[in-house]
Amino acid sequence: MSDKVSKKDAPKKSPVETAPKKTDIEESNVDISSAIPDPEGRAPITLINVREGMFSGAGDTSGFGGLTQAVQMPGSSERPYGEWFDGVVDILEELLGDDADEAFEYVVVDRGELTIYVNRDHLLTVMTHLRDDQDLRFEFCLGVSGVHYPDDTGRELHAVYPMHSITHNRHVRIEVAVAIDDPHMPSITSVYPANNWHERETWDFFGIIFDGHPSLARIEMPDDWVGHPQRKDYPLGGIPVEYKGATIPSPDTRRQYR
Amino acid sequence: MSPQTFSTHATGAFSADEDAPEYTAYGQDWSDIAEEAKRLGQQRIVVNMGPQHPSTHGVLRVMLEIEGETVTEARAGIGFLHTGIEKNMEFRTWTQGVTFCTRMDYVQSMFQEVVYCLGIEKLLGITDDIPERANVLRVLMMELTRIGSHLVAIGTGGNEMGATTVMTTAFIAREQTFRVIEMITGLRTNNAYIRPGGVSQDTPEGAVDYIRELMPDVKQRLDELADLQLENPIFKLRLKGIANLNLSSAMALGVTGPMLRSAGLPYDMRKTNPYCGYETYDFQVPTSTDEDAYSRVVLRMEECYESLKIIEQCCDRLDAMEGQPVMVADKKIAWPAQLALGPDGQGNSLDHIQHIMGQSMEALIHHFKLVTEGFPVPAGQVYQQIESPKGVLGVHLVSDGGTKPWRAHFRDPGFNHLQALSILCQGGQVADVVVAIATMDFVLGGVDR
Repeated sequence: MSDKVSKKDAPKKSPVETAPKKTDIEESNVDISSAIPDPEGRAPITLINVREGMFSGAGDTSGFGGLTQAVQMPGSSERPYGEWFDGVVDILEELLGDDADEAFEYVVVDRGELTIYVNRDHLLTVMTHLRDDQDLRFEFCLGVSGVHYPDDTGRELHAVYPMHSITHNRHVRIEVAVAIDDPHMPSITSVYPANNWHERETWDFFGIIFDGHPSLARIEMPDDWVGHPQRKDYPLGGIPVEYKGATIPSPDTRRQYR
Repeated sequence: MSPQTFSTHATGAFSADEDAPEYTAYGQDWSDIAEEAKRLGQQRIVVNMGPQHPSTHGVLRVMLEIEGETVTEARAGIGFLHTGIEKNMEFRTWTQGVTFCTRMDYVQSMFQEVVYCLGIEKLLGITDDIPERANVLRVLMMELTRIGSHLVAIGTGGNEMGATTVMTTAFIAREQTFRVIEMITGLRTNNAYIRPGGVSQDTPEGAVDYIRELMPDVKQRLDELADLQLENPIFKLRLKGIANLNLSSAMALGVTGPMLRSAGLPYDMRKTNPYCGYETYDFQVPTSTDEDAYSRVVLRMEECYESLKIIEQCCDRLDAMEGQPVMVADKKIAWPAQLALGPDGQGNSLDHIQHIMGQSMEALIHHFKLVTEGFPVPAGQVYQQIESPKGVLGVHLVSDGGTKPWRAHFRDPGFNHLQALSILCQGGQVADVVVAIATMDFVLGGVDR
């Protein structure tokens, strides 16, 4: 794991040409700007998608075919985070000591939820503290959800751990990002045994390798399956269907709104 | 029946022994296999239970290593019902996603719809704008489904232990809940009734009276089930002290719902993290400290009675809120269609067609845009969890600002519960495996998604 690619080491992406005003997507006809937190002034982090034109598939007849927009995750938050969020981050920083700077990549508060982006080298330590410290006590890890961001160079695969504390009735999200050509991160089954099958599922669907997992075999797909089906570059599949003389392409090749 | 080479298992559960013979049982041939095993002097017998076994609640493969009647090792193999629903949802609009996720755990379909819609509403930031009546209807639907789901667990469990009457009684009672659901949503199951922003349509005339008419029958059937089972000596022998799971194991394995409550922790999301206004309803969280299969059945029965209490309160509220909206006011999110029952079945109401075709150009535009394109959801991610009949059901939603989810991941409680199968079964009898599976209550459609 010496050749890890952390966000800090990776070359900074140049700020995208189009301002990352996420809500102002060209085809948007919904005025919900008042309902979501203002993303202005926050450094954008995960690049979710680069949208081109109005339609996916061939033949954008909308006139917006030349439009390119980068969509990014809500950026890193500034202190104070509000509610109990500061307390949790403080305790974790105190427990990690000198490693805290390296362990925490970003802290994001969005839609009333706290997300801590953790460097994979410190994941196990962070998880152990989250479970064991009496002021944290996150008894439940509700699994791990993989997400593939093909445009987020060097951090294509994300593993998202929703953590829940029964003692304090709190919910925290831990997120770990790795490069797709080095998709290794430690297994947390030694801390949260409940994540055994969840890690197998995320390996199966996204190809994230959880080092130290007792038996990282495929769980949903057949053993001899090739590829990781929930990656974005993996096709959905399907065949064109003829209906009353017209041919309807399969959902992923069909021209449709983004 | 010829010995074949034994290959490594999917789960890596058993060490690959090159020379170990493998037999396939086709039914009625168990004595032949036993004879053959005896002749070969094999000490280690591995039996595959499922995937097509009536007591596996779908297609679950249980690999049992047995010594006589004692299970020495039990492993579950899943994936036979994987349909790629999560991947499919990435290619459909946020609204269309409801029709997909409702089909995951088809016994508790309303809960997937609710958790998914609550997630979308959190992403949109409109959680507080959901009309009161829509929330009451959601609670009503969830509690009706909760009763239905528990009745399936109790009924099929009874059937698997040889009591067919338990199943028929439970299914008759469940049918009553379906009658109500069908009257309101138009479908018995897989309803796509809960929509982002509210529910798809208001109750038809007489729905509340119909609920009040049918619920006493459900209660009577529940009483009947309790009479049939809970004091039955055979039932008690089969379930008491069987398939134990203590609190620390349950916590370590992420087990929730009645399984966790049977181990002594009164943990219920409806109480700890209320949603849809659950904090305003009067109900109890039944809890036990017996940790066994019997207590889980008792808890499910008691929860059904609690759900009936909530349904009663919903009826009173629906009466008081007659005529209030069931969808958010924002015309750019609210699904435009008004459904009505016509001579050729359910479809858009004539009034709605007249409105969009003859009276309002804006209404037509909204209808067209929402139906063809959907509504964009601001970029970001959320996690939402609710208390389903089986345990904590979670959803992780990521939006890239478009009209379709970038990622939708469901945490089905059964997925976690199945990991506890080994702890529940090992050291017990083969017959207890059936009891363990029945009282764990999972549906493979939800587990495999």
